[in-house]
Amino acid sequence: MQEQLSVKHLLGIKDLTPEDIELIFQTADEFKDVINRPIKKVPSLRDITIANVFFENSTRTKLSFELAEKRLSADILNFSSSNSSVKKGETLLDTVNNILSMKVDMIVMRHSSPGAPHFLSKHIKANIVNAGDGTHEHPTQALLDTFSIREKLGGVAGKKVAIIGDILHSRVALSNIFALKKLGAEVMVCGPITLLPKHITSLGVKVELNVRKALEWCDVANVLRIQLERQQIKYFPSLREYSLYYGVNKKLLDSLNKEIVIMHPGPINRGVELNSDVADSDHAIILDQVENGVAIRMAVLYLLASLSKN
Amino acid sequence: MQRRLLLGHPQLAITIGRLCQELIENHQNFENTVFLGLQPRGIYFAERIKARLLEFTKAEIELGYLDSTFYRDDFRRRESPKRANETKIDFLIEGKKVILIDDVFYTGRSIRAAMDAMIAYGRPAKVELMVLVERKYSRHVPVKPDYFGSQVNTLDSQKVLVEWVEQGVADDNVWLITNEEQ
Repeated sequence: MQEQLSVKHLLGIKDLTPEDIELIFQTADEFKDVINRPIKKVPSLRDITIANVFFENSTRTKLSFELAEKRLSADILNFSSSNSSVKKGETLLDTVNNILSMKVDMIVMRHSSPGAPHFLSKHIKANIVNAGDGTHEHPTQALLDTFSIREKLGGVAGKKVAIIGDILHSRVALSNIFALKKLGAEVMVCGPITLLPKHITSLGVKVELNVRKALEWCDVANVLRIQLERQQIKYFPSLREYSLYYGVNKKLLDSLNKEIVIMHPGPINRGVELNSDVADSDHAIILDQVENGVAIRMAVLYLLASLSKN
Repeated sequence: MQRRLLLGHPQLAITIGRLCQELIENHQNFENTVFLGLQPRGIYFAERIKARLLEFTKAEIELGYLDSTFYRDDFRRRESPKRANETKIDFLIEGKKVILIDDVFYTGRSIRAAMDAMIAYGRPAKVELMVLVERKYSRHVPVKPDYFGSQVNTLDSQKVLVEWVEQGVADDNVWLITNEEQ
């Protein structure tokens, strides 16, 4: 069995081998056990300092990383660009090098530009974890999504997963496609044609425009948010119309004659892509995803930290 | 590589029997006693102790598996990271007499880590340590077993290997392994 990751940074799922993902899952299994103990903390990273560098807004991911770091006993620096010298014109590399000169070992970074963590990894020594780079990748989200599928359905290989919604602007979709394909799942993307990337089939996924047909086909539906903040032009007439054609609701699920698992990476726009009668039902594993997020991030940080010798 | 037999199958059975008798002397009816086998290799020895005690006393003693990987003090200092194993403790250890069980006792660092890991589950009334083989004169921390199967003098370059049939070998054996170049 593989003992350590084949990569020094977690920049994207694309760089991981299926064995890497399996190692992360197995380590996360143990950490999930740790965070359900009376004392939820282990001392593994007590000599490591981690900077959470967020150039873009985040609630869940930032809290989840911060909690994972605390559960591993790491020291934490928090940085968000809104109240920093970035506003004064400092470059990304300068900002990060300044943070690193304070003896920081790892960087967790979110940035609105695709490839920002990849650029950084070529210039600095610290381990980098990509917490989302623009519309490119969000590797820890894909790991926790596939981990949640594995937990709920007993495995990922052979399962049919439909990713529904704004595929064009979604880093969650891309990372999920990579992860699911590497683990042997069948993937379908579904959404209005304007929100599907042009050459998406080259990633080996099925395309479906009708949400009912997608739901009839799949075991798991991962419903994504419409990312209005990334849409420079209008891709569909109105949210009301989107909801009418692509919203997932209880009536639609009840008419399927089968049980499917509903996932959502959050934040949910209730009444748009997902109705409350589904989001709060037993079909949804949305809150399990959040819990698993902490365990997955602990595993990633732990495995990356083990690669750098003290 | 040379291997010398330290304990063979019949001796091992006698040793396990003797250790069980020692436990009975100290714990009588085992009312408040639980076992924690240390992952990855101590669990086989712990299962044997539990099974033999059941034969002797009819006492079904709870046995959990404890993994101390995340509590080790050599994280980021080893050549390759240690892989975590399952911790499985389906009972409370708060107020119990806990007997930690491992196969080979060497520097004592694993036991130190295991005690840290154990405390995350509660505060036992008392903690004891049982090992199958104690390697003498090699302690890095002030820890001593309360029960041991046998003691051996070893060099740092040597290794003690305990094999159980449960792991897929033909017979239970304890070996002392010496690398020839040393």
